[in-house]
Amino acid sequence: MINFDYTKPSTIQNAIGVLNKDAGAQFIAGGTNLVDLMKRGVMTPQKVVDITGLPLKAIELKGNTIQIGALALNSDVAENDLIKKHLPLLSQALKAGASAQIRNMATVGGNMLQRTRCGYFYDTALPCNKREPGSGCGALQGYNRMHAIFGASDKCIAVHPSDMCIALAALDATVFITGPKGPRRILFSDFHRLPGSRPQLDNNLQRGELITGVEVPLNAALAQRSLYTKIRDRVSYAFALVSVAAALDVKGKTIRSARLAMGGVAHKPWRLTAAEDFLKGKEATLNNFQQAASLAMKDAKGYGYNNFKLTLAPNTIVDTLTRLTA
Amino acid sequence: MSNEPEEKPSHSRRSFLKRTTSTAAILAAPPVLVKAADKKLDEKAAQYFETRPLQLEVNEKPYSLQVEPRVTLLDLLREQLHLTGSKKGCDLGQCGACTVHVDGKRVLSCLSLAVMQNGKKITTIEGLQKGDDLHPMQEAFIKYDGFQCGYCTPGQIMSAVACINEGHATSDTEIREYMSGNICRCGAYPNIVAAIKDVAGKGGGQ
Repeated sequence: MINFDYTKPSTIQNAIGVLNKDAGAQFIAGGTNLVDLMKRGVMTPQKVVDITGLPLKAIELKGNTIQIGALALNSDVAENDLIKKHLPLLSQALKAGASAQIRNMATVGGNMLQRTRCGYFYDTALPCNKREPGSGCGALQGYNRMHAIFGASDKCIAVHPSDMCIALAALDATVFITGPKGPRRILFSDFHRLPGSRPQLDNNLQRGELITGVEVPLNAALAQRSLYTKIRDRVSYAFALVSVAAALDVKGKTIRSARLAMGGVAHKPWRLTAAEDFLKGKEATLNNFQQAASLAMKDAKGYGYNNFKLTLAPNTIVDTLTRLTA
Repeated sequence: MSNEPEEKPSHSRRSFLKRTTSTAAILAAPPVLVKAADKKLDEKAAQYFETRPLQLEVNEKPYSLQVEPRVTLLDLLREQLHLTGSKKGCDLGQCGACTVHVDGKRVLSCLSLAVMQNGKKITTIEGLQKGDDLHPMQEAFIKYDGFQCGYCTPGQIMSAVACINEGHATSDTEIREYMSGNICRCGAYPNIVAAIKDVAGKGGGQ
């Protein structure tokens, strides 16, 4: 690993200050992704700003929401009683991600900011527009089994790797950010971005901004009937080929509202709004689930090795909805 | 940052490097270039070798150390403290061979920067046994033959102890799920699960 300067500020203002003063500086919290990327030379910050001393670890019930600090550990969130009671989907998704050791290190903010696991991004000998803009996309014509089927561009077909974020997208979370211009909020679904012509940007954070937390609105009916399904190459400790976060508010046989998001299929958590709209007011039947799934798949596109996702994704949606209403 | 009580770098080494890199640069490059690049180069070179003070406790023994920011906890344990029980498998957070406990929680020491562990209590496989008595989990791994080559074993055992302490060893399925971060290429998994189940049934890890 190339060496770097290290500093550990104790206030949010100072942390932001360092990042704005120094273009080569980078925040570190759990380090589970950054240290890995630094070892491989994919990321080479000149200064690492350790934010683990900042007071951003709380998990609290506030009004009709739960607020989770950006530095809350993935394991602490997953095992938290408030989360298990009010947001079981989030707890499930977190436990589906990584390993027990990594969840003990990784934070909520860091999970949101983790980089793609695209092999071309990780290998500095190969072209990658995300790592080195303009160098080309190796995956487009290459080995793209893990890659996107929605919202990709001719510059990048990488996927966002998080499980937690798929649940947060489905749960209509809001991201709290603070930066040189003060605090702001951004809808979770607007936080990550599609690759377009600038795949080097994973999200809409501005330089020097810091995620301070996320807020999730409570919805008792949806919480009661929610499920995270993750399909992967082995039973545990692997990134998703396809995942589905689903929550349904069902009365009698009628679906009053639905929340659906998919992982492993796009550069950001992929919210299935067309399928959600279709299901609203419909009966919970296999036929309706299949129709919702085909609506969700409308703009899907395979790139060769990942064509199997065009079948796996709708099947996973139908399977998840079926088990949710069984 | 002026009001921050920051950790101070070791200045003596920095000044030494400033002098020595200047000399090296003068010998290697044309004088005009040297003059322009001199100061920046010195700063950069010095920064690359700068160490930070680090105080931590490893296996109940306090240490006062100096580390470069890039040194991982795993390298610190193995190279500086000569505690070679924690293994370097993939060194990329994928195999679990480097698993240690930090403040009682299992983490991957290969993805942990040592400099970030200031004030923490680390337990490695060397710290599990009490005197001449092996930890019950170490005994169980022997009893159930929970290994072949043994390379992943220290990580497996550290993870297994934590798995029970976390309350995640109530069934075979749960043990497998919560031990999934520890890869065993010999495939000793059934015996590892048996060992953990035995210790969990007898009332726990620590």
